[in-house]
Amino acid sequence: MNDKKSPAIPVINIQGQNCTGCITSTICSEYPSIKNVLLQDIIPGFKLEFIFHPNIMTASGNLAMEILEKSADKKGYVLIIDGAIPTGNNGIYCITGEKDGKKYTILEEALKLAPNAMLVIALGTCAAFGGIAAANPNPTGAKSVGEIFLANDIKTPLVNIPGCPPHPDWLFGTIEEILTKGLENLELDDFKRPKIYYGKLIHENCPNRAYFDEGKFAKKPGDEGCLYELGCKGPITYADCSTRQWNGRTNWVIGSGAPCNGCTSPEYPDLLGDFCERIIDVEVPVNEKKAKIQNK
Amino acid sequence: MKKIVIHPITRIEGHLKVEVMVDNGEIKDANISGTMFRGIEVILKGRDPRDAVLLTQRICGVCPEPHAIASVTAVEDYAGLSDKIPENGILLRNLILGTRTIADHILHFYILSGLDYVDPARVIEYSGQDKNLNTLKYFLGQGYSTPFLPRDDIDYKFDKETTCAVVSHYLRALDIYKKTQQAATLFGGKWPHDAAIVAGGVSGKLTADKITEFIWRLEEIKDFIKNYYLPDVIAVAKTYSEYLEIGKGCLNLLAYDSYKTKSNGSYNDMLFKGGLISDIDNYSEFDINNITEDVTHSWYKDSGPLYPGNGKTEPVSDKEKGYSWIKSPRYSGKVFEVGPVANILSTYLGKKDPEVKKIVDDALSEIGGNISNFYSVAGRHLARVLSADIIACQLLKWAMQLKAGEPAAVEYDPPADGKGVGLCAAPRGALGHWLNVEEGRISNYQIITPTAWNASPKDKNGQPGPYEQALIGLKIKESESPIEILRVIRSFDPCTACAVHLITPDGDLIGKYKVI
Repeated sequence: MNDKKSPAIPVINIQGQNCTGCITSTICSEYPSIKNVLLQDIIPGFKLEFIFHPNIMTASGNLAMEILEKSADKKGYVLIIDGAIPTGNNGIYCITGEKDGKKYTILEEALKLAPNAMLVIALGTCAAFGGIAAANPNPTGAKSVGEIFLANDIKTPLVNIPGCPPHPDWLFGTIEEILTKGLENLELDDFKRPKIYYGKLIHENCPNRAYFDEGKFAKKPGDEGCLYELGCKGPITYADCSTRQWNGRTNWVIGSGAPCNGCTSPEYPDLLGDFCERIIDVEVPVNEKKAKIQNK
Repeated sequence: MKKIVIHPITRIEGHLKVEVMVDNGEIKDANISGTMFRGIEVILKGRDPRDAVLLTQRICGVCPEPHAIASVTAVEDYAGLSDKIPENGILLRNLILGTRTIADHILHFYILSGLDYVDPARVIEYSGQDKNLNTLKYFLGQGYSTPFLPRDDIDYKFDKETTCAVVSHYLRALDIYKKTQQAATLFGGKWPHDAAIVAGGVSGKLTADKITEFIWRLEEIKDFIKNYYLPDVIAVAKTYSEYLEIGKGCLNLLAYDSYKTKSNGSYNDMLFKGGLISDIDNYSEFDINNITEDVTHSWYKDSGPLYPGNGKTEPVSDKEKGYSWIKSPRYSGKVFEVGPVANILSTYLGKKDPEVKKIVDDALSEIGGNISNFYSVAGRHLARVLSADIIACQLLKWAMQLKAGEPAAVEYDPPADGKGVGLCAAPRGALGHWLNVEEGRISNYQIITPTAWNASPKDKNGQPGPYEQALIGLKIKESESPIEILRVIRSFDPCTACAVHLITPDGDLIGKYKVI
């Protein structure tokens, strides 16, 4: 591509209470492919350099922890966090690693690395909003990156890329927007989600929308009709899945006959009600039946 | 005695720590700990059983699909639907699980384990026309080296030509992984975390064009397995031949039945036959009631080993003997390894399937080994690629049996109370979900994952888990992160987000944990 060495932006990816799904999603990016991102310029003239990434780096143990230690003193890196950050019992529910006999929790790593980063990206719904780890009854006191920022007065710019998992385009596209337009021109919604990807409801462009409007609803999986009665959260979920589609446009959730489960929402997976039940329009936590058994 | 701690173990799924005691270059004792947990089973309590398929997939984003299969199987067992799933539903589940398992194996060999055997930095010496290698060479030439460097001392053994060839396959594997996940997404809805696997079958309308799209993608996947993945694993086994002996483990294997296949008009046959293997090649049938979990060295309140369906686990603060969040699943009190070696040998010895036998025998003759060599680092990699090959051979048959336009799901109309069990062969081995339902809501959900079996700590009789047994006696070159240890651990394909989970009867996890 370019003969001149592009200025590289160091990227550090640390992992909280994750499932690694944010990573298995992003390595399936179409264009740029993960190979483009790792070895080439993400867009001509702009290069990312992954200096710490637990799933792909060669180094383990002390050597890996050294990279984090050294990076914390420098400025000008992008910090990506996937997974929620447990705060119960001083964060011991998630240990990033050990250096010279001392353990470091993801909470400590986030507090150490976030203030000096030029940008923090909370990747996936767990990092952005607490997600699965923070689901009722939130056994480990899992928090989102934003909540950690608020509690510790961290002012580093934060962008949330929710989704369980996030679409690879949402991550790399956001980075491309920032590189070409500048961070200050990236439009975010109230939940710090880029409006270009999270600006519209799934419902707005759903191919089943006509069924909804004419009142034709599927009663069981495989039926013709809108999936509203089967629990579809498309009418209250902001994301562009219905137009973007997934995995090289081979399919997407509603395309496979399954209801959207609302995974980009701050309330995911709790306040939206059961996945398989029709949206309940109430203001209080809706899962009374669930709470009853959990409190037994 | 010297203590070596490696934490984090990178290039695996999740957060894992290894601590070994070394004397004179030999490992005398080993402790394995999972260092992250979320309490997914607590979170499941009180929810609609149908929601478990979506939530349990979130246990692991590398291998969510087996959780989906195990979960709906358990829910259908409880709901009395086990025998009512339409043919299309059974086949589509086989196709989704099988295709994603192949992708997972490719990811594991190249992206996760590959850098233990091949040094991408050597591609700087490459001269040739391969586009991927020239891209990498240019990258290195500009002075970039992450994520390949820095690294600990590794005794790379491949010559320049083989190194370049395998690295070029590593880069190609990234593309194939993506294409393989796309193939499964045609039926599953999205990767990761499929949406279409539901209690009662598989959602969606099956059309001929989707089946055709799948079949032609499959051809590329099969080509990669036969002509790249299998030869590369064999090259590792031959070049690093000491690893056909290193990392033996506990020498007992356990596998569950998996992938229903049609035989004499009904779906009673299995592609992978479950069973037990003890002392290398002694096959016997297995009884699920003999599975128990021990918590002697886990951070939970001591209780006699319990059947998972009755699993009652309470975390205990300051438990002196505790060193892991992972419990110790045992079969009749004995230690068992699960995974592709178990699936393949259980089928090879227990079912004597001629196709499987030929694939296994051909591979063993290629490496000049015998069945006992499967109990090793290289043997586990070999079993994984053979598993991919065996599944790939079936995928076309299953795809051709699909009937476009026919239903793939039945209606779900469950009783208020009940119990269910769902078992399957995940990419990492035997996976089980145990479900109890009261008043239509989940009252207890217990999961035993493959990595819980393999990465389990010592039990009440002091028997170390399979990882630990594979490490004890290992000779290492002392360094901060000895490569011998990493090769042994990665050969099991750890998935620690899966392995660490816990449930409390009261949903109360408050307590002071001492993480030592």
